[in-house]
This record gives sequence, structure tokens and C-alpha cells, in this order.
Amino acid sequence: MAPPAQSQRSPSPSQPSGKSEVSDLKLQLRQLAGSRAPGVDDSKRELFKKVISYMTIGIDVSSLFGEMVMCSATSDIVLKKMCYLYVGNYAKVNPDLALLTINFLQRDCRDEDPMIRGLALRSLCSLRVANLVEYLVGPLGSGLKDSNSYVRMVAVMGVLKLYHISASTCIDADFPSILKHLMLHDSDTQVVANCLSALQEIWSAEASTSEEASREREALISKPVIYYLLNRIKEFSEWAQCLVLELVTKYVPSDSSEIFDIMNLLEDRLQHANGAVVLATIRVFLQLTLSMTDVHQQVYEHIKAPLLTLVSSGSPEQSYAVLSHLHLLVMRAPYVFSSDYKHFYCQYNEPSYVKRLKLEMLTAVANESNTYEIVTELCEYAANVDIPIARESIRAVGKIALQQYDVNAIVDRLLQFLEMEKDYVTAEALVLVKDLLRKYPQWSHDCIAVVGNISSKNVQEPKAKAALIWMLGEYSQDMQDAPYVLESLVENWDEEHSAEVRLHLLTAVMKCFFKRPPETQSALGAALAAGIADFHQDVHDRALFYYRILRYNVSVAERVVNPPKQAVSVFADTQSSEIKDRIFDEFNSLSVLYQKPSYMFTDKEHRVPLEFADELGNLSIGEAANNVVPTQMVEENDKDLLLTTSEKEETKGSRNNGSAYTVPYDGSSTSVFASQAQIESAVSNPTLAGHSPQASFAIDDLLGLGIPATPAVPSPPQLKLNTKAALDPSTFQQKWRQLPVALSQEISVNPQGVAALTAPQALLRHMQSHSIHCIASGGQSPNFKFFFFAQKFEESSNYLVECVINTSSAKAQVKIKADDQNTSQDFSTLFESALSKFGTS
Amino acid sequence: MISQFFVLSQRGDNIVFRDYRGEVAKGSAEIFFRKVKFWKEDGQEEAPPVFNVDGVNYFHVKVVGLLFVATTRVNVSPSLVLELLQRIARVIKDYLGVLSEDSLRKNFVLVYELLDEVIDFGYVQTTSTEVLKSYVFNEPIVVDAARLQPLGPAAIFMQGTKRMPGTAVTKSVVANEPGGRKREEVFVDIIEKISVTFSSSGYILTSEIDGTIQMKSYLSGNPEIRLALNEDLSIGTGGGTVYDYRSSSGSGAVILDDCNFHESVRLDSFDMDRTLSLVPPDGEFPVMNYRMTQEFKPPFRINCLIEEAGQLKAEVIIKVRAEFPSNITANTIAVQMPLPKYTTRASFELEPGAVGQRTDFKEANKKLEWGLKKIVGGSEHTLRAKLTFSQESHANLTKEAGPVSMTFTIPMYNVSRLQVKYLQIAKKSSSYNPYRWVRYVTQANSYVARI
Repeated sequence: MAPPAQSQRSPSPSQPSGKSEVSDLKLQLRQLAGSRAPGVDDSKRELFKKVISYMTIGIDVSSLFGEMVMCSATSDIVLKKMCYLYVGNYAKVNPDLALLTINFLQRDCRDEDPMIRGLALRSLCSLRVANLVEYLVGPLGSGLKDSNSYVRMVAVMGVLKLYHISASTCIDADFPSILKHLMLHDSDTQVVANCLSALQEIWSAEASTSEEASREREALISKPVIYYLLNRIKEFSEWAQCLVLELVTKYVPSDSSEIFDIMNLLEDRLQHANGAVVLATIRVFLQLTLSMTDVHQQVYEHIKAPLLTLVSSGSPEQSYAVLSHLHLLVMRAPYVFSSDYKHFYCQYNEPSYVKRLKLEMLTAVANESNTYEIVTELCEYAANVDIPIARESIRAVGKIALQQYDVNAIVDRLLQFLEMEKDYVTAEALVLVKDLLRKYPQWSHDCIAVVGNISSKNVQEPKAKAALIWMLGEYSQDMQDAPYVLESLVENWDEEHSAEVRLHLLTAVMKCFFKRPPETQSALGAALAAGIADFHQDVHDRALFYYRILRYNVSVAERVVNPPKQAVSVFADTQSSEIKDRIFDEFNSLSVLYQKPSYMFTDKEHRVPLEFADELGNLSIGEAANNVVPTQMVEENDKDLLLTTSEKEETKGSRNNGSAYTVPYDGSSTSVFASQAQIESAVSNPTLAGHSPQASFAIDDLLGLGIPATPAVPSPPQLKLNTKAALDPSTFQQKWRQLPVALSQEISVNPQGVAALTAPQALLRHMQSHSIHCIASGGQSPNFKFFFFAQKFEESSNYLVECVINTSSAKAQVKIKADDQNTSQDFSTLFESALSKFGTS
Repeated sequence: MISQFFVLSQRGDNIVFRDYRGEVAKGSAEIFFRKVKFWKEDGQEEAPPVFNVDGVNYFHVKVVGLLFVATTRVNVSPSLVLELLQRIARVIKDYLGVLSEDSLRKNFVLVYELLDEVIDFGYVQTTSTEVLKSYVFNEPIVVDAARLQPLGPAAIFMQGTKRMPGTAVTKSVVANEPGGRKREEVFVDIIEKISVTFSSSGYILTSEIDGTIQMKSYLSGNPEIRLALNEDLSIGTGGGTVYDYRSSSGSGAVILDDCNFHESVRLDSFDMDRTLSLVPPDGEFPVMNYRMTQEFKPPFRINCLIEEAGQLKAEVIIKVRAEFPSNITANTIAVQMPLPKYTTRASFELEPGAVGQRTDFKEANKKLEWGLKKIVGGSEHTLRAKLTFSQESHANLTKEAGPVSMTFTIPMYNVSRLQVKYLQIAKKSSSYNPYRWVRYVTQANSYVARI
């Protein structure tokens, strides 16, 4: 019984709300404004404090603006600061009054005390009033050149503020290039860090409209800049280190020795007490080694201890953030953590959100050697006072059982649960036993003996009741009193509120009838009558259907209702590993805590720039037609846009000799789109893969190009492309939806090209040199997905390409769509020629 | 990058509110508070430290009952923001001496001043008390520490032992003492939080020590400090973190699984002689965090028995034995045990002559509570409770009750045997001899005995 959520902020005596206080203050401020009496600053301080305390609790004191400005003529820095704070808060809503402050702020920007210069400049830029920007440019310009680093630090942030008020003013004043210079030359690391933050924001925002800006953005992750920052990393504050590390994540080293250099340089960051630094470092390590399976694995081993230490030091909130990341890693590579399972035991005083993560981790790391201990521990939690966690623990036991390790012992435990006589334990256990029987029908004898002892009266939860009824129907031949239990359930038909249970009851009575007709006949009649009279449409329909099919032919009915069943091999997983991969790409971000990729919870304009996966996220959102996208739709789109689970897993599996970094996944999602099926077979079926080059040659033959047998480099046809083509993502998505696939083919990528793909950007640059532009890309080794577009020279005819490159089979699946279908063949040849040159030039 | 920062009182009042980027609507504090307060309808579950409402991400940490909150629309590193919130709380505490709702309200102008320098346009500038000193001009209004529950691990030193200069740890880093002159002193606290789970047969299932060496320096002129730890200290157990209770017992060496260090710490000679050298910045900070799963002797043994005693009745016996030397005294001990759901009454029987003990049966959540003011090393205490049930129990009673959990604080005792062998302060002059306080304490984190 939650009390109504009202009056959380009942006014306390110290928090007046009336207007009389404000007008009182106004009067007193006026009196002090002109005064030069000794001690006047102290009285002003008191008044200013009052004003700001009102402001904090939400009382509107904007009417005092004039008086506050008048009182600000003082040399007392504490007073000045309070005044700045006030002005910054209200200038936006009072732009006219804000003009009043410009004068004294500009004057203060020239003060001889650097503290005052800095403060005034910060306040000046914080006014957030568009028509005052002209007054900012001058002071900012001199602030950036100030001899004092504090002023420069403030000025750099000021430039960013200016950009947000008026982007054009900021660009016109050429501030970004000044920041760039400062970033590479300033002696103060905080100035450098601020330049980096500001430039990242400005250039990312500009990149959509200006090619130069997107080049500059790229340049931030170029080798000289990255090395310059990395070499000084220890001089930076811990927060600035995080910033630099985040940038390094996006850098693509040219070879493995570079990767090792960076990792050695950053090694000691893993011992930092600040969790943010450690996680940022881990992200760099994980990203750098993605394509180096052995090293990647070593990284996992290596980061284990620092992560565990972070989890156990620090506040519960900090531990939670780190634990969520550990959870992600455990789910990806459970076997690496299987000997650390004791770290994932729950402590009684932990909050539920932590316990839940730990239960999932325990489930994931369970293997032959530790299952017994883990299940024993989980059984302890099942008797826990915290009922939601007790339930989760039982489910965890069930999941482990379904993972196949030592099912024997676990089944015994589950059966013990049934005997515990706690209704929620019984309920959960029943559901599990049902699932278990679907997977391991051979256990039916043991289970049924116990299940038979459970009185259906003690089971209330619909899911559990449905499970029990299912078992009664399925195993009625083994359960002595099944028909009678079912009969009594039918008798209480009207008291059964859950339609799910009534549906199950109908089916169970049918099954029972086929096995033990004489005993069930009357129950069946009653059930069908009650079912047909049921107000619930589904129940009614099912009853009617059973009735008619029975009348038609009993043996047909049996074949329909009770056919022999195959044991279920794998139950469907809730989250596609596509999504999981996306989350992994966004390591050290909120995505990991929410267990969702960022496009599911951030608005477009707040996505972190420079992130390829993000751009792809944008794309998929756009594709879902409406801007408000239900999760389901997004997921489906994801499947369309990216590679599915299964193919990734399989390819990884084949590369790593089966010791993949992945969670056991759901095999049921294999049945998807054609192109993926193709890749899959190409990967899993070497004969087909071997066959495919000929397929692409066949196309070439059709074109009459007469190509030599090996590495085919077709000469480009007479199609000219616009080198400066532009297309915005939303138009791309629209077109991609509308146009039919003009051409679909497989192209071989030469080995050098595959090697160069460790840096997906390299391909983008290469294709750009052929006037084919990338609009989105994503994926990770061995599968990469790119969306390209190109435009016909001097025409607005577009070509859109979806290109999926599998590095292990060195094949690219290409789908081309074109405005002008007639030229799509020519474009395809051009595209193929460009792609096949990748890595050779 | 964060958008807003605010501090809310337990009732949801804004104590401080700073909007850095104007991207999140003003009503965010109310939205946040409502969400946290009514996270789940039954009120049983706590809100996680990070959640998203309508595209706005809310981060919060709880410090002395206050909520320190940040909001952003961007997908930032959660560790960074949570760490930052914690750090802001620490900086404020360094300045005010005592962090509490009262001290915050009295000093909110100073807090605003700090916030302006800590964060600019959502980006962290600095969280170093040392650096901030040169930018911040308000003088803290010191709140009388004696009346308040102080914050942080240092608080535990204020009870029990006489040797501690009680108020010293709650003094502001910047404010002058009433006499106008600052006392030169440095505090080094070795704080260990231990987690132990005993099986029903008294066997140790899991145990871990999470330790930290905390430093708070009031030394002027930032002299260099050298901290020497046990020479036989080793780090990393080779094969990782395998629980092995046999290998190391009796050898006396201290083996840490892993540790991390504050950025001011230099490890030049750490590998050689286990010495840490650092120039301590002002304020409180952890020099080193460490984690240990090596075997240690648990300070308390717990025995618990529950058995039926006639119809609708049962008896519980809890025995706690202190297994540390008799010159050490544990304080503020609390023992808890969930009882069967159908328990209606519990009557307690303490041992004869028991002082400073209290017992309680919490009807609402069916919990037995036993509090002891202190336990002297080597002693044993017993509690008997007679339970009355409202229904007959069919199942095994041990499945319906327990586990027994315990919290305690043991000053001047550490289970890991990690020690600060000496604390050397670089001398400025022959007369310079600052006070040095090296203190140990062991606390229970999760201390549980199953029945």
C-alpha cells in the first residue's frame, strides 16, 4: 500500500514561498546598491545568499534582476560569484535585462586578476541569449590567448557554449581552428582536455553538413593526435584521462605492434582507483584486440582481477556500475570466469538489482565442475526471505538444468523444491519441471511421482497451474488419478479466472481422454460444454474445435491434439546476440546497465558522435517508418540491417575451434533472411563457398567482360560518378525502403583487402576514392556490414548498396538498388572493380 | 557530460540545484524523486542507481541520507558519473568538515562555488580539493560536529577507544581552528570489510576481505610521505582467485588477490620493499584498495539452533563466540535472524547478568534482532528465544528460518594482518614533527551463518 505521492515538498519554515519576501529583498537591495558604507559587502552577502536560496528552492526571484546588477559593482569576489550565478540563471528568460549585465561582465573580463577574468568570461558565455553573441566574440578571442591557464580553460568551454547559442558565429570567428591549435600546443592539460571535448562536440554537429568538419572529426582520431595525447596521459586529470581513452577506442592502429605498444602504455591504468578510468582502459583493450582472438582472450583474463577489486571497493552504486560490465563480459565468455563463481554469490544485504545480475552470472558460468556447488548455493536462496530473488534463484536452477550439466542431481533438487510447501517455490518449480520434461522426457517417471503428490488446490498462480495441468494431460497414463484431478478441475470451471489455465485444461482433458477414455469421458463432456459456453473467445473456439473434430473422427482428433512429441533441444533466448554485440560495442556506457543498445533509449540528437554503431542505430530507427519505434520493430529491423546471431556465432565458432566467446545462443533464429542464409551456407558449407567465385564470374561472363580466371579486376565501364555526392541518412533510408533490389551478387575480396578490414574505415576511404560513399557501417570480425551510396555524374540518379563482407570466407554479399534500373549493371561492375582493388592500392 | 546536478534531502527538497546545459527540463528533480520513492509498488525494491525516464538518464548516489543526483540525455559512462557524484560529496565534505543536510543548507553558496569550478558546461574540470582551494573563496560555516552523525569510515573511530582525537577527523580542510592555527597531522586508516558465509555445519563457504588504506592529510606544504607495508606482502595468487584454504595457512605471508592505487601514489620501490610514496593532496582519499580471499580467522563464530518445542512452539538458541584476543573489544554488534512467517510471538531469555544487550521481535517482517553494545575478545554470548506459531509447521524448520546475519565493528584489529610498518614524513625542519595516526578497524560487510 503505497501512500499517494503528494506533498513531498511541504513547505518548511525555512522555505517561504510568498511574494512579500521577494519585494522586501528588492527594497533592501536598492538601499545597499549605492552605499559605500563600511561593512556594506557583508550585508550584501547576506541578501545575495537569501536570493540564491530562494532561487534554489524554486521561488522566482527574476524580478530582482535590476537590483542584483546594480549591487554587483563590487570588488568582493564572493559577491561577484553569487551575482554571476544569479545572472546565469535568469538571463535566458530576461534577455533584455541580460543586456544590462554585459557591460560589467565585459569590464571584468579585462580585470587584472585572472580569477575575475575567468569568472566573468564564464558567466558571459553562460547567459544563453542569442542576441548577445556579438559581445562574446571579442572577450573569447582574448580569453583563448590569455597568459593564465585558468582563463584559457574557461575560454575553451566558452567557445563550446557560444557554439550552442549560435553555431555560425562560432564558426565564422574561426574558433574551432584556434582550439585545434591549443589542443596540440597548450602546456596545461585541462586546457587540452577541454579543447578535445569542445572540438568533438562541434565537429560532430557540423559533420552532417560540412565535409571539412567531418574530415576534422576524422583527424581527431589520427595517429599524430592520438599519440600526442597518449604520451601525456599521465599528466591529465583522471577525468581527462577517461576522455582521451574514449578517443583512443575509436583509433584504428595500423598493425599489431602498434596495438601492443598502446596496450603496454596503458597497462598501469588498470590499477587506477577510479573505476571510470579502468573501464575506459578495458574498453580500449577489448576494442583493439577484437580481431586477435588469442590476445582478446588474454585481455579477459587480465581484466578480471581489477574488475573484481572495483566491484568490492567503492560505494554500492559504483560497484553496481562495474558489476554490470562484469556481467556483460561473463555473459560473453562464461568459461573465462567459471572458476570465479564464488564471487558471484549473493550477499544477503545486497539490493535486488545486484542479486539479479549475480544470479544470471552464476547461471552462465555453471559448467561440469562447478554446477553442484552453484546449484547448492542457489537452493539456499530459494528459501530466502526475499521472495522475488527466491523465485529468480529457482528459475536459475532450472536454466542450469536445461544447460545439460549433471541434470540428474538438479532434477532431485527441483523435486525437493516441490516438497518445500512454500506456494511460490512450488509454483516456480512446477513451471521448471514442465520445461525440463519437454527437454528430457526420460525424467518423466521420477518427476511424475512427485508431481502427482501435489494437490492442485495448493497451486494458485496461473503459470504454475497451467504447467501442472499440462503434465496431468501429457502423463495421464502414468498418473493414477489424473482423470479425477482433471475432473475436479473441470467441475470448478467457473472459478478459474485465467483463460490460459482453462485452455490448458481443455487440451489436457482431451489428451487424457485419448489415453484413458472410460475414466475421462464424463470429464471431457463437461469440459467441452463449459468451454463452449465460455465467454472468452479463445477458450470458446478451442472447445468448439475439439468438439467438431471429435465428431468428425476421433483418431484424427488424436493425431491433431496429441501427436508424438520431439524433445525440445533449445529454448528460445530472449535477447538476440545481435543486440548483445551491439551492447558490447558500447562498452563503458549506459547501454551496458540498461542492457539495451543506445538507440533504444536516447534521442537522435543526443547520440554520441563518431560512433559507427550509432549511425547504424540511427538508420535502423529511421527505417522503422515512424519515429516512435516499438522495440519489437526495431529488433526486426536490426535483423534486416545487421547480421544475425547465428551467422556470427557460427563463423566465430568455426574460427575458434568451437571455443567461441559467446553465450550459448538460441538456434531458433536461424530461419531468417535469404542473404543471411546464403552467408551461412557459404560459411558452413565449404563446397558452396568454393563454388561461388564461379558464380560471380558467370555474371561477368554475362556482361561479356572476358575476365581472367583469378583475382578479377574488371575494367570500369563508362559510368561516371559524382565525386561530391551527398545524401542524408533519412533520404537513404526512404529510398532503401522504396526501391526494389536491382542486383544481388557475391564478390570475392582479395586477401590484402580482408587484412585491411581490421580497420573498417580503411574501406570507407578506399571506396570514397572511387566516389562511392559510406553512409553507415557496423559489425565486427568476421562480419562487417556497410551501406554505400553513389550518384551519377551530373545527374541526381542514386545507387544504394548494402554490402556484407565476411572476412573469414573473403566474400562480400552485395545488394544494389538504383533510381535508374538500366544502369545498375554498370554500377555493379564499377562497384566490384572498386571493391576488388581494396587492399591492393 | 552531465546536464544537471542536484542534491535532494530525504524528503525530496532541493538543497542545491545546478543546471549546466539547459537540456533537461526543470522539473527533473521532482520526476526523479517520485521515481526513486515509488520504484516498485510494494516498496520492497530499491531503485537502481541509474535509470531512464523519457530519454533522460538519472544517476544517483546516497550519501548520509542525501541524494546526489546528475542527469544527462547522452549515453555516457555510468562509472564516470557515479564516481563523480561520490567525489563531489567528498570534496564538499573536505570543505565543510561534516557532510549533512544541515551543513549543506548553511553553506550552499560555498557549494555552488565549488560546483561551478568542478563542472563547466557538463564537463568535469577538477575534483581535487587541493586545486579547488585556489578558486574558491567562501569560508565554510562549520557545523557543530558533536551533535551530528558524521560521515564516512572515520566515524567508527569515535566510539569506544579513547586514543582517538574524536573531532579532528570532522574538521574542514580549509577552515582554521578556533585558535587560528592549524594542527599538523595526518590520519591513515586501514579499514577492512569482511564477508564470511558459514555453512550450517560451521564450515566456511566463502570469505573475502575488502580493504582500503584511507588517508586524510592536514599537513601544510604537502610534504612527501612514505608508507611501508608488510615486507612479505604479495599480490596476485598466480592462478587467479581460486579459493584455497590450505596452501597459505600458517605461513604468515599476506597475499592480496589484487589492489589498486590513488593516482598520487608512486610505486617506484613498491616491488622492492613494499613502500608507497606519495605527496598527499588535501582532503580525504583512498591510498590503496585491496581484495583478499586468502584464508583468515573469522572474528566471530556463530552457532544457531532452531527446534520444535511442543505444538505451535519452537526454541531458537544463538551463540556468538568472539575469537580474537581479549585486549580487543568489538562494538555495536547486531545479530538478525528471519523467523518462520507464521511466528506470532517471541520471548527472549538473555544469559544471567547480561549488560548492554537488547532484543526485539519485528512483527512486520518476522525478524529476530539481538543487539550487543560490546563483546570482549574470547567471550561467548547466548540468546534463547521461545517462539509461538499461528499454524503448525509441516516442513523442516531450518528451511523456514534464517540465515543468521551479523554486523559489528572491531577497532584496532585487522584480520588480513596487512600493516603499515611505518609512516615517514619528509622533514621540513628539525622541529617539524606532525601528529601521525595509524588506525585499524574491521567491519562486517556480509557476515552470515546458515542454519
